Amino acid sequence: MKLRELAHSRTGDKGNIVNLSLIAYQEADFELLLEKVTSEKVKEHFKGIVKGEVKRYILPKLHAINFVLYDALGGGVTRSLALDKHGKSLSAAFLDLEL
Amino acid sequence: MNSQGMKMVSGQLIRIGSGAGYSGDRLEPALDLAEKGDLNYLVFECLAERTIALAQLQKSKDADTGYDPLLEVRMKAVLPVCRAKNTKIITNMGAANPLSAMEKTASIARELGLKGMKIAAVTGDDVLEAVQQGDNTLLETGNPLKSLGESLISANAYLGAKALVEALENGADVVITGRVADPVLFTAPLIYEYGWDLEDYKLMGQGIVIGHLMECAAQVTGGYFADPGYKDVPGLEDLGFPIAEVAPDGTFVIGKLEGTGGLVSAATCKEQLLYEIHDPAAYLTPDVIADFTEVTIEEIKKDVVRITGGKGRPKSGKLKVSLGYSDGFIGEGQISYGGPGALERARLAQDIVKARLKNAGAVFNEIRYDLIGADSLYGKTISGGNPYEVRLRVAGRCADRLQAIRIGNEVETLYTNGPAGGGGVSKSVQQVLAVQSVLLDEHLAPTHINYKTV
Repeated sequence: MKLRELAHSRTGDKGNIVNLSLIAYQEADFELLLEKVTSEKVKEHFKGIVKGEVKRYILPKLHAINFVLYDALGGGVTRSLALDKHGKSLSAAFLDLEL
Repeated sequence: MNSQGMKMVSGQLIRIGSGAGYSGDRLEPALDLAEKGDLNYLVFECLAERTIALAQLQKSKDADTGYDPLLEVRMKAVLPVCRAKNTKIITNMGAANPLSAMEKTASIARELGLKGMKIAAVTGDDVLEAVQQGDNTLLETGNPLKSLGESLISANAYLGAKALVEALENGADVVITGRVADPVLFTAPLIYEYGWDLEDYKLMGQGIVIGHLMECAAQVTGGYFADPGYKDVPGLEDLGFPIAEVAPDGTFVIGKLEGTGGLVSAATCKEQLLYEIHDPAAYLTPDVIADFTEVTIEEIKKDVVRITGGKGRPKSGKLKVSLGYSDGFIGEGQISYGGPGALERARLAQDIVKARLKNAGAVFNEIRYDLIGADSLYGKTISGGNPYEVRLRVAGRCADRLQAIRIGNEVETLYTNGPAGGGGVSKSVQQVLAVQSVLLDEHLAPTHINYKTV
């Protein structure tokens, strides 16, 4: 099953760092997300895009996880050569992750 | 919301509307809020990371400019109705020149006959001299600030709420700032209205939750959220901007005007709460280190969501400073290929440009080749399918403008020299204004307030 079936996500950017929220649609699925969507898995999913580490923060009251991806924007919004300098489109590819 | 006091919940409440999520945002929803929102405050957040560096460049050419290009349009539209309804306006549209923005706003108010209107400009965020006297470490690279040398254009500290509160205490109807931490535009009126103690870090933290949810306007009312079949949002062409209704203890609800498009739900609020957040237990702001980990979000009725549980701990005493610096030029060229074999022809075109630039001895700090439709967003790691249309994009950064121009020209020559069927060439060259940051002791960024009464 794809992550998209269980959760939604939004990208945020600061400098060369991206954060991807992961928010369970249903409270009942939150545990599964915690178990399956590890920092390592996210790093592997975005290999070639994310050069740095991936940190994971848990927000149990919101049934949400926040992933912070370092060195992920080709130098950051203001100087990146990328078409999507903010990495806005990363959230969609994140949800394509196979659980 | 009904008409008798349009309040979403009962009690003593301050209503703050968000009139812009970025400099170029839609105007109609802001005007709608001003007219029908029964607002105490209307906030316009309009400064992106490097906007101020761009504005600084503009100001260096013409000393009366350097404020938001839409300031005039926005003020003309909302000043009369805000005056009539006693709604105060708070905005960072001052950008690199809050004083000229104040003068401009005053002259608009005068033309509109809005006698007695008091406009304040907060300055002190421009700390270029202060940072040049020290040699702080660049947060992004660890290099000393001096390594930017002559390329440094601007340095602006993210100020806290204090000066804005003072301007309100002194009776300002409009408060115009340059760089302040975005949520401060929302916490300042609450601190002023409710007499919140700046050292009550629980309240300050909850205030940051309010400001953070509101500062991107429609991003909390269903904008940037829709994903058909998964997250459907009605009326995106007519999105309503958000209203926060805040109680003295900081408890608040977020809603929007009845009859507008969009959606306010627990899900829209959660997405926006985590937007641009790193450690949710330590969101650094000038006034408080905010902690979002205990925040709870509850739908109380259609399009009305209650948010509680923000907290915080004492600030660090350091301000983040954004440094704008010139970083050469980016040259770019694009060309499209379609139909059967589109991808192969685009790849061939890419190889030709690569070889041409190499043979010419062109040197770029960085160069990038994208096949839009195939690999431009995610590289080669995540992709699929064989696209029917592909657009080659070549972008390179270098110190020399002429060399940057060369990229677009090389792509353009593919018309007559490249693979079959290439079309729709575009090319551009831009000066790069990049941003890095340092920290600065807050006492090195004293603020000042100017007033102008019409």
